[in-house]
Amino acid sequence: MTALAVRDLQKSFGGLRVTQQIHLEIAPGERRLIIGPNGAGKTTLFNLIAGDLRPDGGSIALFGQPITRLPARARAHLGLARTYQIITLFPKDTLLRNVTLSLLGLSRLRWNPLARLDRQAHLIAQAESALARVGLGAMAHRSLAETSYGERRRVEIAMALAQNPRVLLLDEPFAGLSIDERGEVKALLAAIPRDITIVMIEHDMDVALDFADRISVMHFGAIAVEGTRAEVVADPRTKEIYLGE
Amino acid sequence: MNARQGAFQGAFRGTFAVALLLVASVPLWVPGSYYISVASEVLIYAIFTLSVDLLIGYAGLVSLGHGGLFSLAAYTVAVCLGAGFGHFSAILLAIAITLAGTAVFAALSLRTTGVGFIMITLALGQIMWGLAYRWVGLTGGDNGISVASRPAPFGVTLATPAHFYDATLIVFALCLFAYWMFVNSAFGASLKGTRDQPRRMSALGYDVWLIRFCAFMFSGFLAAVAGILFAYRAEFISPPTAALTASAEPVLMAISGGSGTILGPVVGALLVEIVKNVASAYISRWNMMLGAIFVLIVMFMPEGLVPGTARLVRRLRARRSKAPAT
Amino acid sequence: MAPLRAITPGVSMWTILAINSVTFGGLLFLLSAGFSLIFGLMRVPNLTHGSMFMLGGYIGSTAIVTWHLPFWLAAALAAAAVAVFGGVVERLLLRRLAGSVLAQVLVTLGIAFMVSDFCLMVWGGDPISIDTPSALSGGTRTLGVYFPTYRIAIILIAVVIAALLWALLERTRLGAMIRAGVDDPEMARVVGIRVSRLFTVVFCLGAALAGFGGIMGAPILSVYPGLDFAMLPLALVVVILGGTGSLIGSLVGSIVIGFIYNFGLVLLPQLAYFILFLPMVVVLVLRPQGLFGRAAP
Repeated sequence: MTALAVRDLQKSFGGLRVTQQIHLEIAPGERRLIIGPNGAGKTTLFNLIAGDLRPDGGSIALFGQPITRLPARARAHLGLARTYQIITLFPKDTLLRNVTLSLLGLSRLRWNPLARLDRQAHLIAQAESALARVGLGAMAHRSLAETSYGERRRVEIAMALAQNPRVLLLDEPFAGLSIDERGEVKALLAAIPRDITIVMIEHDMDVALDFADRISVMHFGAIAVEGTRAEVVADPRTKEIYLGE
Repeated sequence: MNARQGAFQGAFRGTFAVALLLVASVPLWVPGSYYISVASEVLIYAIFTLSVDLLIGYAGLVSLGHGGLFSLAAYTVAVCLGAGFGHFSAILLAIAITLAGTAVFAALSLRTTGVGFIMITLALGQIMWGLAYRWVGLTGGDNGISVASRPAPFGVTLATPAHFYDATLIVFALCLFAYWMFVNSAFGASLKGTRDQPRRMSALGYDVWLIRFCAFMFSGFLAAVAGILFAYRAEFISPPTAALTASAEPVLMAISGGSGTILGPVVGALLVEIVKNVASAYISRWNMMLGAIFVLIVMFMPEGLVPGTARLVRRLRARRSKAPAT
Repeated sequence: MAPLRAITPGVSMWTILAINSVTFGGLLFLLSAGFSLIFGLMRVPNLTHGSMFMLGGYIGSTAIVTWHLPFWLAAALAAAAVAVFGGVVERLLLRRLAGSVLAQVLVTLGIAFMVSDFCLMVWGGDPISIDTPSALSGGTRTLGVYFPTYRIAIILIAVVIAALLWALLERTRLGAMIRAGVDDPEMARVVGIRVSRLFTVVFCLGAALAGFGGIMGAPILSVYPGLDFAMLPLALVVVILGGTGSLIGSLVGSIVIGFIYNFGLVLLPQLAYFILFLPMVVVLVLRPQGLFGRAAP
């Protein structure tokens, strides 16, 4: 059983092939790193997996269940969570409210027009513990607008973890962070238990390299090189892609 | 809670209690039945504005077709009463038919958001106006339809303006309470999320379309309640009730009072109704004023009169306190 | 030629109805082409468009009735005056709200109310009818069917204007800039097109077309208070049907709506406005971007 299986995935924007025939097989509990130069199609791949975009061809399966035709919301209910490269949180709300919204998304309570959200002690306690998990427990009642970029990245991760996903897609979780913040996020990711499978896009190889079990190198919309860390680093094509231009 | 917060809450509660007392006792201190009737109209428009602002303020969707739903309810009551139905069944039918109309409005207009939503709701609203105006056999065309009598719930006749005001106030209070519950509920949180980050919300597992649809239905219900009260208050309904002006007024009331708050639409309805009544006493150019207020508010106080005035006052004060220093 | 002479009055009625439908479609095209262009370029549904149509009708009628100008001069004057009005609205109001589409929409709505009241104040509540220009009055009887010359002329004018607009968009530098702006405003700005000046030009052009439509329609529809808000939804429905920013969409949408509206008026007079809704429903359900619109990426 693979946690996430992507076969022949294709997507074009107005004649421009953004991804072509992508194959990915990711085992349960695996940490997979997807790297590649800008414009290689990494974020498009995530958008296809998460359901933000519809593929032109190919299939996606989550733990053997085909999800290619399911809308994004149904994929979330099946245990797929993601973070965004460009942070799209709810800036006017508090951190706690942001994480609560994430939890509410998978709860039947989201349809309830009579239950006051601020009275849902169970949900709020869960959100508080999700924030504590990323080290932001003390800031739960601060408005998102008053937080730093690094803190928002961690809220992103808290929102994804709060949903207790089976597969977690992280889109450049280190982008724009200071060295200290990178260390914090790195420790945070390392602490995620192995029952969550993680696929991570990272532009910068050095940061995430020791985190990954296997690495896929994307180039021009396709997987060019794939293997363990040592294999990928040793492969001459990797150097070509990164240094050849 | 610290002492200052407590004092503030106390003061707020005090003001609120006084306001409540004033509103409840309108028939006792307002001079003349005409003004009591105007007070009823303010409450009816407040309900209507809440209906429109549920979409503007909490779903981020601006409807310029709600006059169509409002008048659908008003016309249904008038037509049913004319056909010999009792008040109870006429009201129920009006709500049911307006909800059905709302479902059609929502299903079509929610194919898009933003500007497309505005265009489709406007077209749908105007089509309802065309129906009111042209379907002479049913609606009486330009001549409109009279409503023969008002209901007498629990044996209390609503024929006098004072009694009608009391009944309207009770309905208004119920609507306001339901609205308050709704926007503070878990579903209200889902709705606000779809306003701010629809894509993010669907990645989190929310059905954005269905959430918007449900909100539209509640909005349609409130428009129906307002429309029914309107028909009974005026005891008459004619095509201008369905015109674009009728859809634009609650939008103006919502944005002038402060959209996305609970009291903003109520304050907006009060302000616009006062301007409308005062203006109509001196000049007959309400549409000109409506348009001008629209342009002025959008240009200079897009966040609404209440927060906008506060901002202006703050700025003036800041300038004054800075002036001696420079 | 016996079969032709045997044409019944009924058939002739249908023909006339068809001619009227195409004529009305031509007027709708003058109205909606500008609306669609403005919307395509600026993303603003210009809710004063019906008011511009009505203003054109009033100004042109006054020029003919009061100032005794010849019809075509009056029509040119009406188009020019409405173009100036459009330019003023765009420069003084919409420009300041750049970036906030909702505010721009609400401002155009507010102006529409002001214009409607202004016209009532100046021209009163009675409809104003004007005669068709004398050169185009009457009609010709061909194959047993009476063709009113003025209506045929409107159709021809609409076709010529459609061709001119097409040539403008496809064959001139200005047109290339407008198309670039419609396709991708950001990119147009990057490659150095002065989008703000383009906005004014397109807004004036759309206004002029609407104003011209208003005076061209005046001999048929007459000009009356409420004409603005009767025409505006027709423009909206045409654009929803045809797709925004598409010239061919406006043309096809106008003719379809012209037919449905005119046949509706005769066959189902009480529901004529309501059945406009049907093509809109079909298009929204099957193809929300409109018949000739492009899907949003």
